[in-house]
Amino acid sequence: MKTCKRNSRFPMFVTLLTLIFLYVPLILVAVASFNSSKYGGAWNSFSLKWYDRLFSERAIWEALANTLFIALISTAISTTLGTLSALALYRSKNRLKGIYYALIHTPLIVPDILQGISLLLLFVTLINLGGSLFRRLFGIELELGMTTIIIAHITFCMSYVAMVVLDRLHEFDHTLLEAAQDLGASGLYTFFRVTLPQILPGIVAGALFAFMLSIDDFVITFFVKGAGDTTLPIYIQSAMRRGTPAVINALSVVFLLVTFVIVFIAQKLITKKSESKK
Amino acid sequence: MGEFLRFENITKRYGQNTVLDNVTLEIQAGEVFSLLGPSGCGKTTLLRICGGFEPPDEGRVILDGVDITNVPANRRAVRTVFQNYALFPHLSVWENIAFGLKATGQDAKTILEKVPKYLELVQLTGYEHRKPGQLSGGQRQRVAIARALINRPKVLLLDEPLAALDLKLRQRMLIELDTIHDDVGITFLFVTHDQQEAMSISDHIAVLRNGRVEQVGTPTELYEAPRTSFVAAFIGDTNFFEGTVETIEGDYCTLNIDGFPEIQLFNDKKVHCGEKIHVSIRPEKFFISAVRPELTDAKTNLLHGKVEEVIYVGPHTRYWVRVQDWRVSVVQQHHGYGLDERRIKWDDEVWLWFGADNAYMLEHYAEVDEQLLALPDLEPEELEAVVEGGTQEVGAAE
Repeated sequence: MKTCKRNSRFPMFVTLLTLIFLYVPLILVAVASFNSSKYGGAWNSFSLKWYDRLFSERAIWEALANTLFIALISTAISTTLGTLSALALYRSKNRLKGIYYALIHTPLIVPDILQGISLLLLFVTLINLGGSLFRRLFGIELELGMTTIIIAHITFCMSYVAMVVLDRLHEFDHTLLEAAQDLGASGLYTFFRVTLPQILPGIVAGALFAFMLSIDDFVITFFVKGAGDTTLPIYIQSAMRRGTPAVINALSVVFLLVTFVIVFIAQKLITKKSESKK
Repeated sequence: MGEFLRFENITKRYGQNTVLDNVTLEIQAGEVFSLLGPSGCGKTTLLRICGGFEPPDEGRVILDGVDITNVPANRRAVRTVFQNYALFPHLSVWENIAFGLKATGQDAKTILEKVPKYLELVQLTGYEHRKPGQLSGGQRQRVAIARALINRPKVLLLDEPLAALDLKLRQRMLIELDTIHDDVGITFLFVTHDQQEAMSISDHIAVLRNGRVEQVGTPTELYEAPRTSFVAAFIGDTNFFEGTVETIEGDYCTLNIDGFPEIQLFNDKKVHCGEKIHVSIRPEKFFISAVRPELTDAKTNLLHGKVEEVIYVGPHTRYWVRVQDWRVSVVQQHHGYGLDERRIKWDDEVWLWFGADNAYMLEHYAEVDEQLLALPDLEPEELEAVVEGGTQEVGAAE
């Protein structure tokens, strides 16, 4: 007897619809990037000229360099801080542990725009308070710029890293720590020989996520950047306003590919972690 | 050799719950000492205190004359084989075994020398490059043992090391453990809830119950001379009888058990006339026959009853015999050729007899301990339920 469930085409239909909904816009961008017409809409002819233009545009490469610089530094710092806070949280026996968990996860759900505004407010306040002091003491002018972008990126990336590493730590068999201690290992030796190798996939996955989030971020960066700073998303946004969408299409495709590769690697590491547990 | 490891008045509480209550134990150098009891009796906690993973609330741990109560786990000459083995999954068998040597900063030459020796000891030569995930349960356990032994600890702690293995493998590993113990001569402190494991491997056993030591002794002492009904019922099967002391004559006394003829009994507890006591008689101490035996020894007790149930298991048969109000469990070994023997059947009238020295007086008796008799193959959790139910009732009676 045929069951009605097995033969239903409804799930397939919904899946297809979802995929179309998700990927048609991306495909359109990709197709448009090969269109020789400047404003898209109508297909003119196949051309690689936008890619050519893309690679000869200096401003794009400067924006990319800025983006990568910010991403690398904020990834490095947020991975370290995130891992440390995950370890501290995991070991904590404090009654307020639940609250700490909530607090470290909150930046993940707070709207970007709110984070952007609040960080801007913080930076402006700090600059107003400490600016003159810094100028007098170190001769440094405090202002919005790369530093504030990096600090802002660290704040939201850190939460991500902490979350991924905590996840990994919870799967970690803590009798391994007792075993290491039992065998005469010091705390430091145990950390480097047992804990770190066990949570490393989580740390790497967290770092990749952080890197991607940093590269990708527009809203928060937009608020905390200084006047002349451009990152890739900022550049794209302003280019769109100036009306050069065709180059941006090409850039978007490149950008998309890079992001996909990073997410793919991160996902692979996460899956590997749950497999190795079995 | 004298005492080597000593637990002195160890008390441990978790909140309201007293897990260990003033436990004092002495363990000799080089012996296999078992902590036996149902889960929740505190045996694992005592082991963890010995390993340095948990501090006792009161009391001291003394190893080889030195108080190690406050010595951290990584500075104790004590190694543990964990219940789940706790092998490092990212390290190979070789690296797992070498871990203790590297962690304590021994040179490469020592490591190269010692690891193969210990691989051989646990018969894992050729497996050194495998990861724990590629090993069977028995092999993993042997890695855990080698890893723990390689630093030549003074005491090896084994926390239910066989619990994760299936029955066949468990028996084989038990023999292997015994062989390894003979090879290395290190003191083993063995935690188990399985009385057979404990009986077959130990020099001494401490039976724990609700955080207290119920009895310490050799396997034979515990089996033949259980102090309490709990020990009698937890270690092997037994029959409990209640009776009143009638007369005392030299080393023996006579006991009046309801519905029995007068029973003669070795009086090792120095009981008084008129005292109510409980005795334990193991099923295999009875002889059973369909014909009335000619008893030559005056110190033999004879009972008459009717067979209610017969369970034949090959080497022996278990009978349940009704003697007035009592249901007596009897085990008879078959020495002759089974097909020729005239077999005792259900509803047969039979004679039971046992020597006066084979009934053992209990110091302490609790009704609920009998429940352990009826349920020999309990899972630890179930056993715990029975035992804990028991405490409550005993508490109410006192």
